[in-house]
Amino acid sequence: MHELPVTQSILDIALRHANEAGATRIKDLYLVIGQLSSIIDDSVQFYWDIISEGTIAEGATLHFQRLNAEMHCAVCDLDYRLQEDQFACPQCGNTHVQLVSGDEFYIESLEVETDETPSSDNA
Amino acid sequence: MSKTIPVVEKILSANDELSEVNRSRFDAARVFAMNFMASPGAGKTSVIEQTLKRLGDDLRLGVIEGDIATTIDAERVQEAGAMAVQINTGGNCHLEAYMIRDALSQLSLDELDMLVVENVGNLVCPANFKLGTHKNVLIASVPEGDDKPYKYPGMYRGVDVLILNKTDLLPYIKFNMDYFREGVEILNPGLTTFPVSCHTGEGFDAWIAWLREQAEAMRSQS
Ligand SMILES: Nc1nc2c(ncn2[C@@H]2O[C@H](COP(=O)(O)OP(=O)(O)OP(=O)(O)O)[C@@H](O)[C@H]2O)c(=O)[nH]1
Ligand SMILES: [Mg+2]
Ligand SMILES: [Zn+2]
Repeated sequence: MHELPVTQSILDIALRHANEAGATRIKDLYLVIGQLSSIIDDSVQFYWDIISEGTIAEGATLHFQRLNAEMHCAVCDLDYRLQEDQFACPQCGNTHVQLVSGDEFYIESLEVETDETPSSDNA
Repeated sequence: MSKTIPVVEKILSANDELSEVNRSRFDAARVFAMNFMASPGAGKTSVIEQTLKRLGDDLRLGVIEGDIATTIDAERVQEAGAMAVQINTGGNCHLEAYMIRDALSQLSLDELDMLVVENVGNLVCPANFKLGTHKNVLIASVPEGDDKPYKYPGMYRGVDVLILNKTDLLPYIKFNMDYFREGVEILNPGLTTFPVSCHTGEGFDAWIAWLREQAEAMRSQS
């Protein structure tokens, strides 16, 4: 539901990093999003196409890496994936479990083009 | 040529940074600030009204009301004696740190001991946007059902305090307390929880005692 401000943030961060690196075009964005972060890929892409227009990020491809919510049972040591209506450990039924991943919500990296030629070694 | 730039930056970092600015304003004024989140109709405004009724005069509570439209809730809490500011988000489904920053210009923090921000009724989005408050408070309610932790794990995971409202309805509604608590415990182990009823007043003593503790701790900070 809040994909517009989220997409705006993604664009702001991407442009800032691309400018710092002297990029002339952003080609790809790699995003990491955990299962517990409620974001709909399609609507981010939809807003992206609109708000990136006229920037060096126009036409860039968004890649979403989805991370499942992975759990660890502190009692029987089982690693398992969070299921919809069953959070407790499926092996021993315990609730002393920890969330190992699933909260992520960040930009991992950008693929950009620069004016530099491969041989140039300017600092 | 083409190259890869490592970024590894949280997508909502701009909001996070602004929330830090809000936080330092609360700290400087020694105002204990809370962010009330809940689904529509869970009883956020009712809990604020009941809290105001029981606080007495020694602790002054301010309220920032976030709503998509209307000033109904701000009027309700003003009537109950709070200093209140209304934010209309104009369709936005959650509050963001900059909206709180703007609302603060209409509130004199120096005249307050506590602040409640009533977020837009929504269990999905508000959890992702920090406002700078000291505690995120989730108000769940019995008629919503016992499966909400399972359906909205992001929200249950991101809060510091849980109020379970409308306990007066427990005799009439199928609500498995163990199932509810189990989901909560896994997402948020040891979460401070207050079962309350705004209708009977049940459970409010414990909640008020906790609030007083928090406000006192805030006041006595050097
Ligand atoms: N039975 C019962 N009803 C309650 C209780 N608390 C609130 N209500 C009712 O629930 C309805 C919604 O209460 P509000 O306080 O307006 O809820 P809210 O979360 O502020 O609602 P929005 O701001 O519109 O999202 C009202 O009809 C209240 O009378 C309670 O403890 N028990
Ligand atoms: Mg309300
Ligand atoms: Zn186990």
